Amino acid sequence: MPADFCAPTRRELLLGSGVLFAWAAVPRTARAEGRDPRLLVIVLRGALDGLGVVAPVGDQEWGKLRGDKGLALGGTTPALALDGFYALNPAMPNFHRMYRANQAIVVHALATPYRERSHFDGQDVLESGLVKPGAADTGWLNRTLAVLEAGGQVDAHGRQAFAVGPITPLVVRGPAPVLSWVPPRLPPVGDDTTLRLLDLYRHTDPTFARVLEERIGLAAVARAGGMTSEPGGDRPVVQGGGIAQVRAYFAEATGAAAKFLAGAEGPRVGALAFDGWDTHVEEGAVKGRLANLLGALDGALAEIESNMGEAWHDTVVVLVTEFGRTARLNGNDGTDHGTATVALLAGGALKGGRVVADWPGLKEADLYENRDLRPTTDLRAVLKALAEEHLCADPARLEAAVFPDSGNVKPLRGLLA
Amino acid sequence: MARNPQEAALALHRFGFGPRAGSIEEIAADPRGALIAEFDRPVAGQIANPDLPTSGAANRAVFEYNAERNANQKRTRRDTAQATMEAAPNQPEAMPLPRQLFRNEARARIDAALNAEIGLVERLVWFWSNHFCVNQEKTVMAGAYEREAIRPHVLGRFVDMLLAAEGHPAMLLYLDNAQSIGPNSIAGVNRDRGLNENLAREILELHTLGVRTIYTQDDVTNFAKVLTGWTILPTATNPDHGGEFVYIKRAHEPGLQTVIGKDYEDAGTEQGRAVLADLARHPATAKHIATKLARHFIADDPPSALVERLTRRFLDTDGDLKEVTKVLVAAPEAWTLEQAKIKRPGEWIVATLRATSETGDIGRILQAQNLLGEPLWRPPAPKGFSDENAAWLDGLAQRLDIANTFARREGLALEPAAVMEVALGPLAAAETRRAVAGAESRPQAMTVLLMAPEFQRR
Repeated sequence: MPADFCAPTRRELLLGSGVLFAWAAVPRTARAEGRDPRLLVIVLRGALDGLGVVAPVGDQEWGKLRGDKGLALGGTTPALALDGFYALNPAMPNFHRMYRANQAIVVHALATPYRERSHFDGQDVLESGLVKPGAADTGWLNRTLAVLEAGGQVDAHGRQAFAVGPITPLVVRGPAPVLSWVPPRLPPVGDDTTLRLLDLYRHTDPTFARVLEERIGLAAVARAGGMTSEPGGDRPVVQGGGIAQVRAYFAEATGAAAKFLAGAEGPRVGALAFDGWDTHVEEGAVKGRLANLLGALDGALAEIESNMGEAWHDTVVVLVTEFGRTARLNGNDGTDHGTATVALLAGGALKGGRVVADWPGLKEADLYENRDLRPTTDLRAVLKALAEEHLCADPARLEAAVFPDSGNVKPLRGLLA
Repeated sequence: MARNPQEAALALHRFGFGPRAGSIEEIAADPRGALIAEFDRPVAGQIANPDLPTSGAANRAVFEYNAERNANQKRTRRDTAQATMEAAPNQPEAMPLPRQLFRNEARARIDAALNAEIGLVERLVWFWSNHFCVNQEKTVMAGAYEREAIRPHVLGRFVDMLLAAEGHPAMLLYLDNAQSIGPNSIAGVNRDRGLNENLAREILELHTLGVRTIYTQDDVTNFAKVLTGWTILPTATNPDHGGEFVYIKRAHEPGLQTVIGKDYEDAGTEQGRAVLADLARHPATAKHIATKLARHFIADDPPSALVERLTRRFLDTDGDLKEVTKVLVAAPEAWTLEQAKIKRPGEWIVATLRATSETGDIGRILQAQNLLGEPLWRPPAPKGFSDENAAWLDGLAQRLDIANTFARREGLALEPAAVMEVALGPLAAAETRRAVAGAESRPQAMTVLLMAPEFQRR
């Protein structure tokens, strides 16, 4: 009985699917030249370290920046080569396979127009499609649907969007109706949340700190003055047990989204959000937290691919995050809030097997504000191109209603096969 | 008068159910005065909802419901073939009536806490309902009991609440007095049945004097005899008044009884009412109540000077609970900045809903209370739920699960910084502000805020 609190009630699930079935009665209309495009947007909240996902192993500066904490082609856990210059995190074999099958693209050194470093504001800019954070209450994906011609070249099935999760992400909120599906299990409390709370308690409430330490099964805290006196020795270590749940949640959420999008009368665009990417402490890109999360994400991509079935050939999955992280590691073997990062694209509709980047370099003078990877591509260039070429949205209407003030951002055309 | 937002925020958390949007500002001019002003609202503590049945009506309705359901099941078994033909196609089963009644009562109680400006009177209702607790498992009247026996008296005299609670059918059922029969009464002799001391003992030990005070086993036994005959009209044979209180002289132990050194003539229910009235005025009772009140609102180990002042006020005013509560609000000990007490699970859930302007799904609220070890109207023992931090500290990890779930459901529609101003305002520590502002997502920020010590404690 108590476990039910963490799950939607049976009634909610039924209601959710009821809405879907009712909507599915909308008559099917013509598609452009037999294409029936699907677009799934995955928002990675917390600022994904792009250099931890795809590293410029061919850049001479790279090794100096991250040392053995960074991706490298050698070593015990070698990164997966993408081309002569870039290599992919070894935790992502599925994405690598798609890349080699020309079904995946990496866009690197990319950023939204946002140049501050607040998560909430950065996420607002990322998802709203606007230039500045503020009172955004609609997202670019939803507004894209709204500008598509009903019954036009690509009918977005009654212009409905699909969202996964109890909370509809901003990117998919707006005038077009949204169907949402709530996974039967909500994700558990993340280790990151627990550690943040523990840190707060240690500074403000020792009793709570003690109880939390005992109760959440954190590994015993290595006591200062114990076996080691190295800095950071009193840092709690999270047991790896939680990652299995995270993997299961990622796979379940994306798998369900893919099934809905694959359906003959299903929605054609959808969005979901995963958090946990704010890796300030012990980032673990090669082995550890980030590698684990990327592995879960990679598993989710495979789940989408298989659940899409034939529709995979009409699919683009785009993974985006609010900003990147510092090029160098901080004092805790983590990274702090930065600027440019990667966007990952996967799907059978892509002309893939490419890393698209105007590489800015990693020398001290190359870094943005002497700390972050410098942005050379605007994320909106990618998104506009997908909206135009994949969903067949009218460029003028995109400019007017979806990505205002983006006249100087040229769509990065030619992403599709 | 100088505005004091910090004291206002303390008042809302310590004496109320936590701030709603604008609450801190509204009472910042005079936080203590605002608390006392709640007493003078004409409907303070009352629930005006004509849809909620009286305890007797609820009892009768459930009796009829069960009888009908049993008959239907029997009928189905008897005429299987016919039943199959007539069976409605997959009709969703309606919620059983007892569950429905319970949820309606729970909803009304939560709404009263959500709608209160500060919530001191409602907090008193929760306190006294726990002091005179009954158990939902044993009676369908728990919600009605609170409305009928507790609410009318939280600002009245203790003796009146005591009389209302001990004579209420829900209490007589819960503590077995409904089946207690005087051994020398007519019914006792004829049916060879006897005394049940449960209610008498708990009145002395829990409701009035306090454990290990001045009463003996003889006092318990004699008091139990005094209370024989206090029972409930059977529902099966009383379609109009079944489930209501009745005094059955036939089951009452005849004769004079001595309780705590005083003789009480046999005068029917008046014998019991007289004992209760004396217990209500006893100094041990005053001290017991004063200690519990101070422990609930102020500290596990309440300052003895404060307990003493509360005790004196209780005795001086013949147990006027409004006057006693005023002493509590006026006490300097009540306004220390340290938030020593951990909010009870239900208080924390209500505070969360108030801070976020949510009303909450009653099913989820009840499940959360269950998960946190404070199932509504189902205390583990007649002593009620504990009022000591130690009892609730271990539930912190479960609170984190619930905060996380709540934040994932509602967290994107909420601006964490704004909710922090509403909920904590000047109480928010710099560390908490940093943790909320630096969270990687709004849901994470909401989780941190709801779990912050300043929000968990009062």
